[in-house]
Amino acid sequence: MAELTYRDALNQALAEELERDGSVFLLGEEVAEYDGAYKVSKGLLDRFGDKRVKDTPISELSFAGLGIGAAMVGLRPIVEFMTFNFSILALDSVINSASKMLSMSGGQIGIPIVFRGPSGAALQLGAQHSQACETWYLHAPGIKVVTPSTPADAKGLLKAAIRDNDPVAFMEGELLYNLKGEVPDDDDFVIPLGLADLKREGGDVSIITHGTMAHVALRAAGQLAKEGIEADVLDLRSLRPLDVDAILATVAKTNRAIYVEEGWPYLGVGAQIVSIIMEEAFDDLDAPVLRVTQADVPMPYNKKLEAWAKPGAARVVEACKKVLYV
Amino acid sequence: MEALSPTMEEGQVVKWLKSEGDDVTSGEIIAEIETDKATMELVARGDGVLRAILVGEGGTASVGEVIALIGAADEDISELKAASLLASEGNGAGEGRGGVALPDAEPAAPTDAPAGVAPASGSASAIDGRIKASPLARRLATESGVELSAVSGSGPAGRIVKRDIEAAIATGPTVPVAAAGTPVPVGGGTAAPISAAPVAAPVLVPSGAEFEDVPLSQMRKTIARRLTESIGPVPHFFLTIEVDMGRAMEARRTINAMLEPEGRKISLNDLIIRATAAALKRHPACNAHWLGDSIRRFNRVHIGVAVAVKDGLITPIIRDADLKGVAHIGAEVRELAGRAREKKLQPDEYTGATFSISNLGMFGIHEFTAVINPPEAGILAVGGVEEIPVVEAGQVVVRNRMKITMSCDHRVIDGALGAAFLATLKGMLEEPAAILV
Repeated sequence: MAELTYRDALNQALAEELERDGSVFLLGEEVAEYDGAYKVSKGLLDRFGDKRVKDTPISELSFAGLGIGAAMVGLRPIVEFMTFNFSILALDSVINSASKMLSMSGGQIGIPIVFRGPSGAALQLGAQHSQACETWYLHAPGIKVVTPSTPADAKGLLKAAIRDNDPVAFMEGELLYNLKGEVPDDDDFVIPLGLADLKREGGDVSIITHGTMAHVALRAAGQLAKEGIEADVLDLRSLRPLDVDAILATVAKTNRAIYVEEGWPYLGVGAQIVSIIMEEAFDDLDAPVLRVTQADVPMPYNKKLEAWAKPGAARVVEACKKVLYV
Repeated sequence: MEALSPTMEEGQVVKWLKSEGDDVTSGEIIAEIETDKATMELVARGDGVLRAILVGEGGTASVGEVIALIGAADEDISELKAASLLASEGNGAGEGRGGVALPDAEPAAPTDAPAGVAPASGSASAIDGRIKASPLARRLATESGVELSAVSGSGPAGRIVKRDIEAAIATGPTVPVAAAGTPVPVGGGTAAPISAAPVAAPVLVPSGAEFEDVPLSQMRKTIARRLTESIGPVPHFFLTIEVDMGRAMEARRTINAMLEPEGRKISLNDLIIRATAAALKRHPACNAHWLGDSIRRFNRVHIGVAVAVKDGLITPIIRDADLKGVAHIGAEVRELAGRAREKKLQPDEYTGATFSISNLGMFGIHEFTAVINPPEAGILAVGGVEEIPVVEAGQVVVRNRMKITMSCDHRVIDGALGAAFLATLKGMLEEPAAILV
């Protein structure tokens, strides 16, 4: 086991996959000369040259389209969005081409592309640069969505995403790049898509979450433990495909669940999870499933308001107690 | 009311899909009407606002009668309404008519007499008969036989949650699963009073709820399942005999006189159990079980005696009833019945009967038919002893007569066999000394 930062784990994954398969290449704003806006692609231009690591203009719609075109002719592009907020501009290519091409071509044209970059809020970046973008990518069938919360998950899942023949939106956490964690030393450490990870075990309540919020969930679980309440923390990791069995298993165990996400509540990821739990685990529920999300407002710039709008451990604890009727 | 089928003469409004004040457009479905044939859709024939509903849900109207008024929002409909009301009163057909949307055409079912169970005090969770409970709590209650209506909910707005069911299980006795259930309760004869009140008057519920759905207890489910298993696949036939109980009643008096110094007592039913056991020894083919691919004839006689308990019945067993004296049988029946009512029987005390008896005499029943407890081959339904006039040697005399109806599983017991058994039983009851032979 090595201890790596999330950033370095991603860098390793990119390097290993670029090495392994000559059709893999990276493109995006600042990925080459600048070593990446967040330094995720540090050293890759030097090592692999400018045919494998390419800087693009500030034009998400066109370079996303370019990547999709490259995928259509047999390459395996990794398109970096500096943040997923900017990718909203590229959604026409992503949704109308990447997600649908396989179906519309009757299975003839696959799009083995990865869109990656940070999603979600950082600190005081304002309404337009703080969006959690999962739902834009999840709604249309045809794209996989992955949200790693730890360095090990980041490395293993990115390698799997690059090797996946379907379009994958790989959403990193901007606040996680410096997070350190243990990463297995394996030559080829791959985590299959579609598997959740129980980050903490406890029998009283299930906190289900994904991405950066896994850490909020774990903090909340720690606070609950001081009061004698033990929580399961299930990090979904993959939102499509979804590990439904893991969700149902934790609900069957504790009979009550909370979903924590950094996106908005209306039609958020949690809404889908709640629907699944309600339909498939109805008789296991002792309480309604509650969601803890960002407040239903554009993210404030003001420091205190922003902190208030974000879902924090205190609100998660409160929600857990509500479903425990304590 | 439109003629929604060629043969329709009147229709009942099942449901209004629009309310007074709603806009309606021509062609829109505005109500569901039950006709002689089926439930049909009533469509608006013009645009406008549904100004008045004259026949409410549940109400009936003849074809051609006005049931609602559609018009402009500001139209004066008072005359039309008055005219319709007069017309409907004049018709006199159907109930619950008139005025503005009234539910319920039934001639006033009393709103304070529900289908039986008064909620336990402190149970705040029943609202209009609906009990709030989490899905998990409902499942646990069903599985453990806890009645939701008797549980107090500790969740928001009185919601019953898992811990409430767990508490109920911990404090209250659970309902034992009855392995055999005859459809009629008995308390062992005249000497044993029935502690659970039989045929209770409807209980008044102060909240005014019209009804309460009582979830099935385990016992209730088992009774339902067992009796359906029985009446369904078991080909029953029934034989009735009338027994003169004079000598049996004398025997009872004699025996009770003997037992008095010990403070013990027997009932007629105890005697009937003893006699039945003796008769079964003479006709072992009736003391049998149907096993599907064979018939099991028992060498020992274990009689199941039906006992009424709260919300159901159970059949505790008197084992080797042919080898026990009546006093012993009587004591056992009373002891088992007592524990049955407290739901404290062990499974081996109510499973394994070879034959069953049910006695409704103390309820004033003269005669009835009982449902066999599979896999047993037969069951006796014993009525009460009546003083009736009979003809003997050309004279009308008063005798004590009792009817016994035997239900037989025709796969095991044929008519002649059943008749022979009953003849023996009758002989033993009419001359108890025969039991000693």
